[in-house]
Amino acid sequence: MLRNLKWRLIVYAAVSLFAVLLFLPTLTPELPTLFYKIIPTEKVHLGLDLQGGMHLILEVEAEKAVESYVERIKNNLRDDLRDKAIPVGKLEREKSNQIVLEVSGDKANWEKLLSQRYSIMQELSTTSLDKGIWKVVLVLDSRQAEQVRKSAVDQALETIRNRIDQFGVAEPEITLQGTDRILIQLPGIKDPQRAIELIGRTALLEFKLVDEDGNLEEALKGNPPEGSIILYQRFVDPKTGGVKKNPFLLKEKTLMTGEVLKDARVTLDTQFNEPYVALEFDDIGAKLFEQITGANVKRRLAIILDDNVYSAPVIQEKIAGGRAQITGRFDMKEAGDLAIVLRAGALPAPVKILEQRSVGPSLGQDSIRKGIIATLISAALVALFMIFYYRVSGVIADVALILNIILVMGALAIFRATLTLPGIAGLVLSIGMAVDANVLIHERIKEELRWGKTIRAAIDEGYRRAFVTILDSNVTTLIAALFLYQFGTGPVRGFAVTLCIGLLSNIFTAVYVTRWIFDFLTLKVNVKRLSI
Amino acid sequence: MELIRPGTKFDFIGKKKITVWISGIAILLSLGSIFLHNGLRYGVDFAGGILLQIRFAQNVDISEVRNAMEAIGSKDAMVQKFGGENEFLIRIEKGEDDLEKISKEIQADLQQRFQGKNLEIRRVEVVGPKVGKDLKAKALWAVSLSFIAILIYVAWRFRQISFGLGGIAALVHDIIIAYGAISIFDLEYSLPLMAVILTIIGFSINDTIVIFDRVREDVKKYRKENLETIFNTAINETLGRTILTSGTVMMVVLILFFFGGPVIHDFALTLIVGLISGTYSTIYVASPVVLFWDKQFSRKKKR
Repeated sequence: MLRNLKWRLIVYAAVSLFAVLLFLPTLTPELPTLFYKIIPTEKVHLGLDLQGGMHLILEVEAEKAVESYVERIKNNLRDDLRDKAIPVGKLEREKSNQIVLEVSGDKANWEKLLSQRYSIMQELSTTSLDKGIWKVVLVLDSRQAEQVRKSAVDQALETIRNRIDQFGVAEPEITLQGTDRILIQLPGIKDPQRAIELIGRTALLEFKLVDEDGNLEEALKGNPPEGSIILYQRFVDPKTGGVKKNPFLLKEKTLMTGEVLKDARVTLDTQFNEPYVALEFDDIGAKLFEQITGANVKRRLAIILDDNVYSAPVIQEKIAGGRAQITGRFDMKEAGDLAIVLRAGALPAPVKILEQRSVGPSLGQDSIRKGIIATLISAALVALFMIFYYRVSGVIADVALILNIILVMGALAIFRATLTLPGIAGLVLSIGMAVDANVLIHERIKEELRWGKTIRAAIDEGYRRAFVTILDSNVTTLIAALFLYQFGTGPVRGFAVTLCIGLLSNIFTAVYVTRWIFDFLTLKVNVKRLSI
Repeated sequence: MELIRPGTKFDFIGKKKITVWISGIAILLSLGSIFLHNGLRYGVDFAGGILLQIRFAQNVDISEVRNAMEAIGSKDAMVQKFGGENEFLIRIEKGEDDLEKISKEIQADLQQRFQGKNLEIRRVEVVGPKVGKDLKAKALWAVSLSFIAILIYVAWRFRQISFGLGGIAALVHDIIIAYGAISIFDLEYSLPLMAVILTIIGFSINDTIVIFDRVREDVKKYRKENLETIFNTAINETLGRTILTSGTVMMVVLILFFFGGPVIHDFALTLIVGLISGTYSTIYVASPVVLFWDKQFSRKKKR
């Protein structure tokens, strides 16, 4: 029995020490470097409701990525049909994943083209209209569509991560939730609006030619020429704050996108003292840009960002070297953010903000301070009450409670869990049940003593009986908590995690650790009277 | 120290004819209040919308904020005082898609209108209607499944379906009462209050299991007694523990209620009601359900 006592001490002390070590980085940042080499340095993270910062949930509109994917196929198809001299009338995208075209000429000819080069588009129907014209409906292969959607979400996640890295936020958390949602947590951020604009912007950079032949007036009435579209240049009047829109008739085909960008930085125009964003293309981009500008001298090339025309300068000569610039009426901050999003790349699909919460740092501190004060007062009162009511045994219970909290904190640190308000509720419940466990044991021991049992027998019997009860109640709650974790979302899970950890550590501290202390006192110290 | 003298024999179960009425009336009041208020008053978390918490360094009257919101064009905005001096909550319930834009405009507009009053925007919450609906549906689903799990586990541990049913009945009772309190006190049902409901569930099932456990033990000990007497004995034997545990937890919640600040206030109030209900329901909902079930279905087998 005595040797057993020693081994139990070693195990319990090791577990407790380990928890203390895990919890230390949370308490103080100044630890010797040696420490960090041995122990994981994870801290217990406070949720944004406690710490201040911003919480965003974005939905990636992945269907839009499918749309533009099919749109690109459509444009390629148009070029291919023209190259093969196959007469084509209507050629349009329908819904997000279909292309409808009306072709004539040799059927075998275009069927060959479709089956060879466009096998990812499946033929949904082919109907003969009169005069040898065929109407063909193509639909994007569903597996391919799924692939496009998935990679859109993955790429969006990656892009947003890049943007936030470059923006410079300490300890951001960016994770995928479900299939198409992105959860972003930015602790301690000062200017949430700016961050939202930075993250939520699609930042699709496109170069398109201005349609010099088409009639803009006619197009504005709703009859744009085939293959042309209208986009606007926006001016914000600095005095009134009103927005002026200047329409452009552009060729629909995109000549180049921001994919070929190598770098984008803010530069100051020495003449007007206005910042602009200088672009540098990679090798492919530079060649492409040279080709485009060479073939279109004296025409205007529009620079478009997220469907807004920024400028449409006339191409004076072939531009080699792969440089271009985006001008607009930016201030330094705007230009800087624009450079960041261009460097990080475009989102493959637009994102929609489903949820945004930002808590100012002062409010976070307020709620922490009040929370801590209330917690300390109540913890002190509970501890005092236990000592008042159970005397020495109360002290033992208090030791168990303190150890319980340390263990939970250590576990939260190692699991990288974040402590939020619902999480604290889970913690409070588990501590309440820890108090209950101690009360159950003590009351049971007292009861056994009243039956006339010896101290040793009363402790053995008390623990044996109370253990069944504690196990039943804790396991029942644990099962419920596991279900809440499995099937709940964010806050429900936060509650479930701290509750689960709390219950497990509860069984360890309230049952095993206190038992060891009782055993030690009665076996080793030979206490004759139990102060309970 | 002894709180309850050994051998204490209050006839708890004997009072069940009265308590059936108490429970019934409490449940009716709760459901009635929820019904009359057209359901709970959902916060931004669940209903979707915009919530702004703002604070001024200078003195600003609530009417000024209201007027400003009206001038901005948000007539359906609710403005209320919150916490300390010159601090306000603005709530706009809208299910539209570009809430983010509206929120941005309102913030810019407020900053402009209250220039020189040192407006600090302390908290912004913009929740799309989809998120709230999702959260509600998922939470309901998770809680329902966890109830089924509790039912199965308790029925298995106690070798009788009646104990599982009793435990669940107590849980349902407590949840109704807690939601009733939220409705009667006209609290806004938000995330923290959902956390309270979960806490109440945990506390209530814990309390119920402790008594059931004692009953299981006493059934073996006093084989000749009928189940009703055994329940009474078990409740009396654990009365000291019940008072100590519930009392300690209640003490903590009362401290939170008085010192926890405005956010914790609603949280603590609901928890107080839940704790009382959770302790009561073990004796007067869970136990009678077991006894009733036993009377209806088990007696025939025994004899």
